[in-house]
Amino acid sequence: MNRKALSAPYLFWITAFIVIPLGMVLYYGLTDKTGAFTLENIIAIATAEHSKALWIAIKFSLESTVICLLLAYPLAMILAGMQISQHSFIVFIFILPMWMNFLLRTLAWQTLLEKSGVINNILGFLHLPALNIINTPAAIILGMVYNFLPFMVLPIYNSLTKIDPNVINAARDLGANSVQTFARITLPLSLPGVISGITMVFVPALTTFVISTLLGGSKILLIGNVIEQEFTQAGNWHLGSGLSIVLMLFILINMILTAIFDKDGEGNAL
Amino acid sequence: MKKWICALLATALSASLFTGCGNSDAGKNGEVYVFNWGEYIDPDTIKMFEEETGIKVVYDEFETNELMYPKVEAGASVYDVVCPSDYMIQKMLENDLLSELSFDNMPNAKQNIGAQYYEQAQEFDPGNKYCVPYCWGTVGILYNKTMVDEPVDSWAILWDEKYADNILMQDSVRDAFMVALKLNNYSMNTLDETELEIAKNALIEQKPLVQAYVIDEVRDKMIGGEAALGVIYSGEAIYTQRENPDLEYVVPKEGTNVWIDGWVIPKNASNKENAEKFIDFMCRGDIALMNFEYITYSTPNTAAQELIEDEDIRNSQIAFPDLSQYEGLETFRYLGEEGDSLYNDCWKKVKSE
Repeated sequence: MNRKALSAPYLFWITAFIVIPLGMVLYYGLTDKTGAFTLENIIAIATAEHSKALWIAIKFSLESTVICLLLAYPLAMILAGMQISQHSFIVFIFILPMWMNFLLRTLAWQTLLEKSGVINNILGFLHLPALNIINTPAAIILGMVYNFLPFMVLPIYNSLTKIDPNVINAARDLGANSVQTFARITLPLSLPGVISGITMVFVPALTTFVISTLLGGSKILLIGNVIEQEFTQAGNWHLGSGLSIVLMLFILINMILTAIFDKDGEGNAL
Repeated sequence: MKKWICALLATALSASLFTGCGNSDAGKNGEVYVFNWGEYIDPDTIKMFEEETGIKVVYDEFETNELMYPKVEAGASVYDVVCPSDYMIQKMLENDLLSELSFDNMPNAKQNIGAQYYEQAQEFDPGNKYCVPYCWGTVGILYNKTMVDEPVDSWAILWDEKYADNILMQDSVRDAFMVALKLNNYSMNTLDETELEIAKNALIEQKPLVQAYVIDEVRDKMIGGEAALGVIYSGEAIYTQRENPDLEYVVPKEGTNVWIDGWVIPKNASNKENAEKFIDFMCRGDIALMNFEYITYSTPNTAAQELIEDEDIRNSQIAFPDLSQYEGLETFRYLGEEGDSLYNDCWKKVKSE
């Protein structure tokens, strides 16, 4: 009885803010303006503009996921190898920027990267060539990596700290060198963290529209931008919902892959 | 120690009581819910209205007409006064969302707003029954004299490869297409598909030269010298010139959009009387002057125009242009649902290129 009472707020929460909105997206996505059933809004993904936007979004989010992984794994290993007093401080430093609003931090990058922005002023002062990446794909990927890197570091760090040091010591005792230890012990044991890190970077990167608007100068249309504009500018909620359903399918595929690799669900314990 | 905390708390409490007292007048005569563009009013005028009338103002802001419309249409939040632009007022009118104004309750609106502005408003509000003009202006090119050394008088300069990566375009459908349509001497309200196709291709051709598609940021980026040329509303010209004297505003010779933003009262408004009081208050000469000086968008309020002390501004061709010298001026009209989606489809093709 008590337990049920405790879950009531959560039940209310998922009904009001997850189940009902999802139902509305499905309803709008599968109907036209007169309310009749149609698949047109889903098939609309096949048009040149939409499929291109989806393709670019997938490409950018894959690229930023790979970059995040390459940056995060060594960092997580360094963190995990540190003593307790040091590493909690470093983790704290790492999470600190997340206390600030995500929009503000992205806007700050805009100011930094602008043609006459902070970075170019410093470069100019040092007589170095200017950095012209604002409003290009590179700026968008930079924004994605910057914003989502902590979501990659933390799960990997979590799973690395869970590895029993005795397992590694045993491997070394049995004659494995450090490369072998890493490849055959550390890496496989940290895989759940890697997998969940990939999901936690890939999914928000795939759906973002703010980063491409602010750092891409609205010149590059991601699928997130298309959906956002259908809702806010064009006022076509049906098409916007239909495209959202397609996007959800891609996220679902990603999550199924995650579930296959991450059977124990360890990496999700963030 | 405890005593100190008590004393502090007591002071804080009494202070909050006093501030409470200050506003107790506001609200005794009800409320008025206002929905306006961002940074489009002098906040002091709202305070003055509250003090003089005892009506509490609940004030919300929107960024584009398109974002405002669904909120008013759905009636999720009921507003008493809204300030959309011309074509959006027409759309609201056609969809029966507006309530007729009683000009007898608004003597200032009747007297102070220049006749020519009411006449212009007839284009979207036949008979002047639903809208009181609040601001008006043109759309033109703002350019940086240190970066552009040839005379700027045509939209065509936005297609000049010399200025690649130095051009800021408006990130909104109608404004962007207005530029491309006017460049080709077409009407900016066209529904002709070949004309739109040509405009669309022009915008696609221009895209590699564009630094960014932005709305409000044009102002700050131009002030910061981030770009050489930008498409901007005339109301921002005075402000940007004040901040950066190198900037100059021109209305291109092919013509442009002459727009009006006006106060309207939605049909579902629950405080219509207070809404009319608010609109009338905003039309008072001294209040319109305060707003003009704060937002620097041209006011159609002739009483306020006479009160402007700075002669340069009073006679400024940017703030109060003599429209008869321009050709090809037009006002946006609502194009119907099909027209809207035609434009939106073309715009999406431009943006996805």
